[in-house]
Amino acid sequence: MELLIASAVGVLTAAGIYLVLRLRTFPVIIGTSLLSYAVNVFLFASGRLALDAPPVLRDGAERYTDPLPQALVLTAIVISFGMTAVVVIIALGSWLSSDDDLVDRPALPDGDGHSPSLSEGDAR
Amino acid sequence: MSHWLITPVVLPAMLAAILVLMVREHIVVQRALSMAGTLALTAIAIGLFWQASDGTITLYQLGNWPAPFGIVLVADRLSTLMVLLTTLMAPLVLLYSMGSGWDARGRHFHPLFQFQLMGILGAFLTGDAFNLFVFFEVLLIASYGLMIHAGGRARLRAGTQYVLYNLLGSTLFLFALGTIYAKTGTLNMADLALRVAELDPGASAGIRVAAVLLLLVFAIKAALLPLHFWLPDSYAEAPAPVAALFAIMTKVGAYGIIRIYTLVFPPDLEITQGLFDTWLLPAALLTLAMGMIGVLGAARIDRLVAFSVIGSMGLLLSAVAVFTPDGIAAALYYAIHSTFATAALFLLVDQIKSRRGNAGPLLVHGPPIAGGALVAGMFFVAAIAMIGLPPLSGFLGKLLILDAATASPLVWWVWAVVLLGSLVALVGFSRAGSLIFWKAHQHGPDGPVDCETAPEVEDTTAQPETTQGPLSPRPVLPMIAIGGLIALLIALTVAAGPVNRMLAATAAQLFSPAPYVELVLNTPGKKIKADPHAGEDDHGAAADETGEDH
Repeated sequence: MELLIASAVGVLTAAGIYLVLRLRTFPVIIGTSLLSYAVNVFLFASGRLALDAPPVLRDGAERYTDPLPQALVLTAIVISFGMTAVVVIIALGSWLSSDDDLVDRPALPDGDGHSPSLSEGDAR
Repeated sequence: MSHWLITPVVLPAMLAAILVLMVREHIVVQRALSMAGTLALTAIAIGLFWQASDGTITLYQLGNWPAPFGIVLVADRLSTLMVLLTTLMAPLVLLYSMGSGWDARGRHFHPLFQFQLMGILGAFLTGDAFNLFVFFEVLLIASYGLMIHAGGRARLRAGTQYVLYNLLGSTLFLFALGTIYAKTGTLNMADLALRVAELDPGASAGIRVAAVLLLLVFAIKAALLPLHFWLPDSYAEAPAPVAALFAIMTKVGAYGIIRIYTLVFPPDLEITQGLFDTWLLPAALLTLAMGMIGVLGAARIDRLVAFSVIGSMGLLLSAVAVFTPDGIAAALYYAIHSTFATAALFLLVDQIKSRRGNAGPLLVHGPPIAGGALVAGMFFVAAIAMIGLPPLSGFLGKLLILDAATASPLVWWVWAVVLLGSLVALVGFSRAGSLIFWKAHQHGPDGPVDCETAPEVEDTTAQPETTQGPLSPRPVLPMIAIGGLIALLIALTVAAGPVNRMLAATAAQLFSPAPYVELVLNTPGKKIKADPHAGEDDHGAAADETGEDH
């Protein structure tokens, strides 16, 4: 179980980071979603892994799982879901208004590609 | 228990809901309500500040649940100071947005503005680390809407980058909080302070990782050097009043660093030894240098101001990184100053952009500015403040920081970078100012040559302003708003003595967190009913609810 959870977090994070570093918005958004899955699993595990144990007090129960991470993860899921929706809409607006979906600075008017540098891009 | 402490969060939240649900089609009603609400917030903030100004710490337990279980809001000197700073600036920014018509160029400016205030004020007041995350998200999601207010290609592009960058920051924040919870079993800041101090320094890799992750999160917000890439584009492309409001957002990051690293990971803690000397101070100095070089190299006035924000955050954080009471007090003085100065500069840049016709924000010879004397004068004053030349508050802040830096082993580096940085910023701002205000039409009889050859700036939102022609009368409200910010800067300079004493007391309170911890953990909450079973069940549900609501 520990191995499964740990490797799930690791693989999701690795894939997420790889996708976040891509040039176009769609893979980047998928990447942030994967990262948020990873963090949700991680948060869930932060209260230790306890199988088949109730999170609230109950007669006859001998051990409990920590209820707080479950509340935290619920909040985190709601927030990351909302944030993903927002970024999808903004990225869609950006794509529709500029005809390309590069995350980086806009291509120059003469089709010269985009400048990776922050300040030099203005010297066009 | 007084409920005043929750009003800075509840009032904007309710107001925003009313604005978006009931009066969304009536811009005049929206303006009136939004302004009234923001002024009420200012009054409340003054009240809270007054209450905390004798050193009392006020606690508010949400739903009356006692501290490590329920969420608490805590108003100490630092929190109320930051709340007051925000609510002093907000009405002026709002006034500008109304006077310049920015709020009518897209939908839902006022509700988003109120939600943004709710997030910022909540982040300053909360005493719970996870709640801090939630308020960060509230202020971020409102800032996403504000950032792309009025649309436009460049703005949407910058908005996408800004949102993605902050999504990654939020993920990092959650990883940090998860690690902290796994190591300590609590997320209440006061409780954390006790438990982190009890950890065995020999076996503390987890909490060390969490401390560094948390510092990274706040460094993203505060635009520290390797994590500053979101700032120049976002601030330069954001609508002017929004950029001005964002001046407080970088301070939220600085606030997070000051709060967490005085309370939870205090400087004498063995676990986090060296975090500030080895990492934060050099990074802050590099940030300062980079920001000032950016000021010198910027080809557009809005990006110039954005880079000066990075520089000022570098200066602020280098004062924080010294981590003595003097350093924190100096950093707070500089934070107040740079918030007002940044806001004033961004608003002025908007005036300059809209009055220069085709040249817009570009630093080229352009047509002269309509009503230029007033704008030029204000730009001069605000630039002096931002660079930190005498006689304004920037100079005093810088002096305090240089003085506080003598406690650091890297003092010569600090002095060298700060002073050289000031010189570079001086050159950069002088160049920009003289190009825009003095060298208009200096290309012989054929008029503004450069203006013709200058590349088109894509700023559709500036069009309604420019069509008025250079000599038509200008709305007076924007200038009042900018004048108000400059007046606040002057007041900060004149009242430097009392302000400094107050900030020294604030820093002293931060460096002796025992009363804070005592108050948060030892205040009894709701009495649990006779049946402990029912009480516990109830409690879980209530905790869940508060978690989701925010």
